[in-house]
Amino acid sequence: MSPARRLPQGGRIDRRRRLRFTFDGRSFEGHPGDTLASALLANDVLLVARSFKYHRPRGIFSAGQEEPSALVQLERPGGRRDPNLRATRQELFDGLIAYSQNRWPTLRVDVAALNDRLAPLFPAGFYYKTFMWPRWAWKALYEPSIRRMAGLGQAPTEPDPDRYEHRFAHCDLLVAGAGAAGLVAALVAVRAGLRVIVAEDDVAIGGWLLGEGSARVRLDGERPDLWLAQVRAELEAAPKCRLLCRTTVFGCYDHNFVALLERVADHLPEPPAGLPRQRLWKVRARQVLLATGTLERPIAFPGNDRPGVMLAGAAATYLHRFAVLAGQEVVLFGNHDGIYAIARDLRWAGARVTLVDSRQRPAPRLVDELRDLGCEVRTASVVVGTGGRLRLQQVHLTTRARAQETTGLPEVIPADLLLVSGGHNPDLALFAQARGRLVWEEARGIFLPGEAPWPVRVAGGANGCPTVAAAFADALRVAREIVIDLGRTPPSVPLPLVEEPGAAAIEPLWRVPMPKPRQRAKAFVDLQDDVTVKDLELAIREGYGAIEHLKRYTTTGMGTDQGKTGNVVALGLAAETQGTSVPELGYTTFRQPYLPVPFGAVVGPHRGRLFDPVRLPPSHAWAERQGAVFEPVGQWRRARYFPRTGETMEQAIAREARTVRQACGLMDASTLGKIDVRGPDAAEFLNRLYTNDWKRLAIGRCRYGLLLRDDGMVLDDGVGARLGDHHFHLTTTTGGAARVLAWFEEWLQTEWPHLRVYLTSVTEQWAAFALSGPQAREVLRPLVEGVDLSPQAFPHMSVREGRVAGVPARLFRISFTGELGFEINVPAGYGAYVWERLVEAGEPHGLVVYGTETMHLLRAEKGYIVIGQETDGTVSPIDLGMEWLIARGKGDFLGSRSLARPEMRRPDRKQLVGLLPRDPAMVLDEGAQIVEDPTASPPAPTLGHVTSSYASPNLGRTFALALVAGGRSRIGQQLYVTRLEGPPVAVEVTAPVFWDPEGKRLHA
Amino acid sequence: MLLIPCPFCGPRAEIEFRCGGEAHIVRPADPATLDDAQWADHLYFRRNPKGVHHERWWHVHGCRRWFHLTRDTVSDRILAVYPVGSRSPLASREDER
Ligand SMILES: [Zn+2]
Repeated sequence: MSPARRLPQGGRIDRRRRLRFTFDGRSFEGHPGDTLASALLANDVLLVARSFKYHRPRGIFSAGQEEPSALVQLERPGGRRDPNLRATRQELFDGLIAYSQNRWPTLRVDVAALNDRLAPLFPAGFYYKTFMWPRWAWKALYEPSIRRMAGLGQAPTEPDPDRYEHRFAHCDLLVAGAGAAGLVAALVAVRAGLRVIVAEDDVAIGGWLLGEGSARVRLDGERPDLWLAQVRAELEAAPKCRLLCRTTVFGCYDHNFVALLERVADHLPEPPAGLPRQRLWKVRARQVLLATGTLERPIAFPGNDRPGVMLAGAAATYLHRFAVLAGQEVVLFGNHDGIYAIARDLRWAGARVTLVDSRQRPAPRLVDELRDLGCEVRTASVVVGTGGRLRLQQVHLTTRARAQETTGLPEVIPADLLLVSGGHNPDLALFAQARGRLVWEEARGIFLPGEAPWPVRVAGGANGCPTVAAAFADALRVAREIVIDLGRTPPSVPLPLVEEPGAAAIEPLWRVPMPKPRQRAKAFVDLQDDVTVKDLELAIREGYGAIEHLKRYTTTGMGTDQGKTGNVVALGLAAETQGTSVPELGYTTFRQPYLPVPFGAVVGPHRGRLFDPVRLPPSHAWAERQGAVFEPVGQWRRARYFPRTGETMEQAIAREARTVRQACGLMDASTLGKIDVRGPDAAEFLNRLYTNDWKRLAIGRCRYGLLLRDDGMVLDDGVGARLGDHHFHLTTTTGGAARVLAWFEEWLQTEWPHLRVYLTSVTEQWAAFALSGPQAREVLRPLVEGVDLSPQAFPHMSVREGRVAGVPARLFRISFTGELGFEINVPAGYGAYVWERLVEAGEPHGLVVYGTETMHLLRAEKGYIVIGQETDGTVSPIDLGMEWLIARGKGDFLGSRSLARPEMRRPDRKQLVGLLPRDPAMVLDEGAQIVEDPTASPPAPTLGHVTSSYASPNLGRTFALALVAGGRSRIGQQLYVTRLEGPPVAVEVTAPVFWDPEGKRLHA
Repeated sequence: MLLIPCPFCGPRAEIEFRCGGEAHIVRPADPATLDDAQWADHLYFRRNPKGVHHERWWHVHGCRRWFHLTRDTVSDRILAVYPVGSRSPLASREDER
């Protein structure tokens, strides 16, 4: 048996096949070719949603992607859940399971519909006005309950099992929209030999010609299908043309960068093997043509949101494309000629039709023709209300003249379908995204495309063409311009002869004027955000009349549909209310994406292991075998500590740190940035960049170097070694490697291009292993060839070349622990081999392998800073007590002028100091604030903060480094450090070096 | 996303580049001779024009060369591309200070 509202013939559905689906648990049937919306309407299901704020019953309002109301949630196998899908664009498939949203417990009985009765409590700006105080209540009370009440669908709880692709493409011309205009333009471009991409949101090409147009238009005397089939065949056969259906152009960005979402498998229960669910196209087009057609707009009148109220064009689409007559007793309300043809079609399909035309004198021919068919026609009349509970039952009519009278009851007529049409807006969202200007045309009350900053053009309905013939001619003209712009010869493209009704005359009407007593009834402008005429008027009275204010204060146009149906109505109404014009009021920004884009498509393949590259140092495999615990440091994965069986992290670090100072330790420092600097001007170049004097550094010696920005603040640090007259090796921090190379290159290329210097990043070429501790020399000795390791021949801060474990190596005598130290650099390919030889050689000497935690602890004991921990871009070398690193007499360098400012020497600047908690077991929080008075209540003045904090096994107590205002003059004082829980704790301010202040161990 | 004509590589997407702000700011030869106000002006103060702007760009994920381009900050149209150390073909006195 056929569903109640399906006509016995017609439409683009495959009646031989039946598709079963459920909505809110009830089973229904539809056919291939149906959308979920058309199948629901065929089954006479009008109530499909509850509205966002008032939880009012809502139905299906449109037949396309502009749908504001009929948002549903789909559940598919494998945990796939898609909320907020438009029922009007979801293709039906066998076994589809859909649910309504934003209702509890059921769609028919929704408890939160009480909001509708309480509407006076929810005026425009409600969120701003109501939930202000007390502050604690926002998180605890308001936000959770608002989220529960005003919801869209539910986010999925399972990981998405599907694959999403990203594809890049280039073309000469991208055509958005494959309706009459888009197809003609595509034909012209294809025949001119251009590379063309045609993107169509719908499942097939044709646009309006697939539905209403198929009944209204003849091309060369035939139904448009024939012409569409020919065009499709030609485009599909053209080698340089790519025709993408089920594909939405959702973003027009700068310089014709265009983003497309292709719904590869959304019309199937799950994607076929080998295919993604969706594909995101990133296209760079030399030219863009927007043939996006028009969007029908409603008229605001009380009760215009009841299920059973629909756009007139949508009803025509359901009739002609889906063979669904959405109602038997139809009232058609509008302000233009176009509704007469729709009334006629509905009448022929068997409905009783009353046409309500707001205009005084529509063309008598149209009126007479309808009356002859047995339809009722009311001119100069308006709809002033609707009745019915969960679906439309009555329509209230009156004459336009009487609509504003306070007395007199409207006429009530029975109806199960109320169709409304306020005209057709060119869909210029993409044009506006591309920063095209919109120009207002008063006569039709529409925006038309103006100038665009780059080659983006508009043709057809979107360009204001009222007929198919006009759209054809327009597309032909624009496409020829494009072909010529691209240096080709326009081909001949004969157009079919078009038979169609003429352009529809229109008198713009935004809303039905309402007398005071009936103003309690809601006349909606934005169905998705539940914004009414009254909300807009109130916002304007409260001073939010500017269009950008009005939008944010009332939230009109801010839903997932971006006000595709209601925005121009809101604009026209706001202009009317304020006695101004639309051009004076302006319009709000159209933003990408045109339609909601699932996160899966945006993320594409960049998830899991492909989210971000992982960089591994040479010792990684060895460390993994030892059961090391790792931590991410930028993209690097570094060993954090090496626990032995049963050890906690604290115990492991204490053991590692103690052993380094008592015997020796080995750490993989290969992640440090390394820059090879060569050329006759290398020393001069480095002198300009660093605070240090590199010209006076002897070959074979090293120096700790400090880089400042030109504002005098510390940028990075590292060790530089002079390998030759014209050859230096510089290291940077792990995180600063790319930044420092960029800094070098920028100055070299832009400010000092005459310096003869060559820069090469060698971070990944050298494995670097830090060996330090009193036994370091003994561990290394048996492995080294060609280098005398004695303190006299190889003093602290020097570099030698030789062999380690038979591998060519650079040995640096440097230390980040404060102990005797060597950094062994070997070509990275030999790194793992040399690492294991070092570990073996260390075994008899009690060598420990340590990770980043111990490294941080040991350097802090010694008062060595870490960039980004002791510095934050506002810390100068003077603040750090590192003035000794600023070379005198070498002249200007980056940061030197700024260091000379008196401000830099203010005694109350934050300076690096040490802190010893009075309780030697108390570990301070890094980042904790430092205060003078522990009893002061917040907001208390803060003196600075803790930058590094550790429990030291070598000191037998806890300690910290900190930046404290006037810190050096406070040494010996007691201050207090705040905690997240509990009162501040007392600390003593000290010098920042806790271990071997004389440096004897370093020079051993 | 802008399409930037790198003078060394040709037109490439903006994500390959980094913008280095206003062009033609020359670091003073001897900063020590500047007073604090002059130095602050050099260090911090930049033009923020509505319209034609000469700026520095770096093709960081490409040839790694710096170059200059002239851009209309309203329309984002790129009006000229030219090497470091030369003047924009669209340069006027006042926009180069
Ligand atoms: Zn380049």
